[in-house]
Amino acid sequence: MSSEITIQAALITPLIGAVLIAFSGRWPNLRETITLVTATILFVLVASLYPEIMAGGRPSLVIGEMLPGFSIAFTVEPLGLIFACIASFLWIINSLYSIGYMRANNEKNQTRFYVCFAIALTCTMAIAFSGNMMTLFIFYEALTLCTYPLVTHAGTDKAKKSGRVYLGILLSTSIGFLFLAIVWTWLIAGTLDFTPGGILEGKTSTFIIGVLLALYMFGIGKAALMPFHRWLPAAMVAPTPVSALLHAVAVVKAGVFTVVKVVVYIFGFDFLSGLGSTDWLLYVSGFTILAASIIALRQDNLKRRLAYSTISQLSYVVMATAILAPLSIVGAALHIAVHAFGKITLFFAAGSIYTAAHKTEVSQLDGIGRRMPWTMGAFAIGALSMIGVPPTAGFISKWYILHGALDSGQMLAVAVVIASTLLNAGYFLPIIYAAFFKKPKDNSDDDHGEAPLAIVITLCVTAAATVLLFFFPGLLLELARQLI
Amino acid sequence: MIATHLPILQVILPLIMAPIALILRNPRAVWMLTLLVTWVAFSISLALLMQVLDSGTIIYQIGGWGAPWGIEYVLDKVGAFVLVIVSAIGSIVMAYARRSVEAEIPEDRIYLFYTMFLLCLTGLLGIVITGDIFNLFVFLEISSLSSYVMISLGKDRRALTAAYRYLIMGTIGATFYIIGVGLLYMMTGTLNMADISTLIPSVADSRTIRTSMAFLTVGVCLKLALFPLHLWLPNAYTYAPSVVTAFLAATATKVAVYILIRIVFTLFGSISILKGLDVQNILMALAIIAMFAASIIAIYQDNMKRMFAYSSVAQIGYIILGISFASQVGVAAGIIHLFNHAIIKCAIFMGLGCIALRVGGVSVKDIHGLGYRMPWTMAAIVVCGLGLIGIPMTVGFISKWYLVRAAFEHDMWPVATLIVLSSLLAIIYVWRIVEAAYLRPSPQGAKPISEPPLSMLLSLWALTLASIYFGVDATNTLNIALDAAGALLNGGLK
Repeated sequence: MSSEITIQAALITPLIGAVLIAFSGRWPNLRETITLVTATILFVLVASLYPEIMAGGRPSLVIGEMLPGFSIAFTVEPLGLIFACIASFLWIINSLYSIGYMRANNEKNQTRFYVCFAIALTCTMAIAFSGNMMTLFIFYEALTLCTYPLVTHAGTDKAKKSGRVYLGILLSTSIGFLFLAIVWTWLIAGTLDFTPGGILEGKTSTFIIGVLLALYMFGIGKAALMPFHRWLPAAMVAPTPVSALLHAVAVVKAGVFTVVKVVVYIFGFDFLSGLGSTDWLLYVSGFTILAASIIALRQDNLKRRLAYSTISQLSYVVMATAILAPLSIVGAALHIAVHAFGKITLFFAAGSIYTAAHKTEVSQLDGIGRRMPWTMGAFAIGALSMIGVPPTAGFISKWYILHGALDSGQMLAVAVVIASTLLNAGYFLPIIYAAFFKKPKDNSDDDHGEAPLAIVITLCVTAAATVLLFFFPGLLLELARQLI
Repeated sequence: MIATHLPILQVILPLIMAPIALILRNPRAVWMLTLLVTWVAFSISLALLMQVLDSGTIIYQIGGWGAPWGIEYVLDKVGAFVLVIVSAIGSIVMAYARRSVEAEIPEDRIYLFYTMFLLCLTGLLGIVITGDIFNLFVFLEISSLSSYVMISLGKDRRALTAAYRYLIMGTIGATFYIIGVGLLYMMTGTLNMADISTLIPSVADSRTIRTSMAFLTVGVCLKLALFPLHLWLPNAYTYAPSVVTAFLAATATKVAVYILIRIVFTLFGSISILKGLDVQNILMALAIIAMFAASIIAIYQDNMKRMFAYSSVAQIGYIILGISFASQVGVAAGIIHLFNHAIIKCAIFMGLGCIALRVGGVSVKDIHGLGYRMPWTMAAIVVCGLGLIGIPMTVGFISKWYLVRAAFEHDMWPVATLIVLSSLLAIIYVWRIVEAAYLRPSPQGAKPISEPPLSMLLSLWALTLASIYFGVDATNTLNIALDAAGALLNGGLK
């Protein structure tokens, strides 16, 4: 199969899946089978592109001209492939988890849930493979819209309010800043194609480059750079599988993925580091890392704590990009993948606790590790990966980021990484300690065991992957190294 | 043979059929006749567009009398494009109309409605195709008078006062226009547009010409409802029958914009009034105020027809803003938004018509939970709403892209910022509807309702899909708009 057809198939598969799911809504077992099959096919398709990319190939596909001079086009390059692989692989696992979670909690509108999920994955694939900024922007917006029904899934007043925050922040940053930046870039550069080395060098003044960079960085609201981060905690009102795959992997990673794409392929790495006008981005992302961690310390709601942890971890990627050292870019790409495995494990565990014990607050978790050893064991591994302790995958990306920071003498970034590691430990370790070593507060409503099997299996798989990725990072690492 | 007479057929066909409709009287038969006429008119306009794109401007002399003594029909790219918009909307609205009209207009007056519709169509098509400024006035009056009648047919008695108000304001506008025409005639001695545009430079520097220009512009701005001359529009759109609102919202104001384009770039094209006389700044300022003020007012409306009526005032602001840049990209943005907004707004008002038919009311609280009871209708309205916001893959995105691009090309980045900011306001009013329809429970004891009749639903979705299609594959429409804008800026009719 030629790679052009593979790209086409990878984009269309989840869309066909969505249609089939919509029509099979009356038969839940068939519906869930379709989801699983679609996800598996998608992953196989994406993974089959790996050898060609490693060999230096950059297969591309042009769908057609949208406006005079603009085409909807897709090009697969290493970063996009990493993102697409992670998202499609975790979709398989997350679908399995969803089956357990949605059925155990008797959620309503399950067909709509699975349809929106499949559409969201279509958008994610299109973002990962997009060949120019226009294409990326189109699917970036589409991703916001098709996840809105998932965020407001419960249909309660709280869900409605959170939906407003979600949509309000994501749409106003992308229309207000990102859209302007894209039009402006096009007028300056005459193209929007992602080009190695960037498209802006020598075309305009340093001042305008600085303004553009700011428009891009704050316009990509999905990267949750402060002060535009509020949508992510708001999105936690969604069912846990949504928080797990979309708001720890697909949507937020689409944000930082776009950040890296813009820096590497629109501005150009060498061009930006020559300008020296990116220091502010270091400060903002460093501030976000620390501030989000401090807020996370004070959250009693488990999912909210995880959300703030995500905000902080996303800014690792932004900061690693802003350091502008080759090694730190590798670190950024690795962190996109590594954080995905760790964070999805943590969310799976949170959902597992909710399903089995109906607990949502950190303070209720005393002694729960004895009743749910698998869940809390996986949670511990995910947490260690967030902190960056070997032998978990989180260590690898942190290592590269630190290495890059030291190489380019960014002592501030080094300090931020160290401080945030301590903070991460500060908000994760007490949970693990309480779960395993504290006595339950009262035993009246604690006659529960583990969550349904589908849930337990999936969270063990992602936890195992987090550890395996530490010992066998080869495939991922080689792919990330292709970036520089 | 017949091909050379297409320009006159375009106008005369609905004109002749109007009295025949009056004679037929049977509602079903009259509807069939009108439907047939609109589809033939649509085919003619498509043929004319092809002809213009192939072989350039068409000039047709009525009765063989040569200009400047006889009346000339002149069709260039802008004209042909607007003709297609008007007749296409007319034909889709007619496909939709039968059931909605039966429900909203008393049976003994239905034939009158179709007669008026045919006359209105005649007027609108005539305005676009004529090359004579007095003939344009005649068509303007035909279309206006018939639209006053159509609005007054609304079920709500307030439709009468709305129509009356529109009558007063519209007549003031038309009077201003004819005063302007008179002054022009005084100075140039001709009514032929091409003639005037060649004669104007020799008399440009006179107070009479400037006065005439002021009268013409203000008169037309009244008809196209540029803020703050929009006061007739919200009530007229709100109380008119759904079909009438859908048709007028997509065509009447658009054709008035076309007249403005003709005045600015054809009549006075050779002396570039936009740049010379501060008209540019006035239009731009009013357009931007319209974009914000009308959008903000729209947010607070509970009646959705009124909400989208104000939204129309805001969208007209975008069109005028594009034109006021007086550059190829800017004018093209105006023309393309004229096309895009016609599709979106017509579809939205059709959707509201479906809701009116099944639910009985169109206020926001009437549609609680309607997303689950009329899923196809609500989905179409939401998709078109996304178009109003300017989400990628809808036509609205194309307009916004070109408007912002035009602003950047003129180094007016504050204007670019204002464009995107005002489009954020659209999110608020569109999302009020989304939340009401999908996130609120249906009222207790609501009677079970079904989707509207297939004829209405299919027309609605035809336009909705068009709003997506022309948002994804906009190359052809944009090339026409860019060509047309280029031709306008190079002296209009030649």
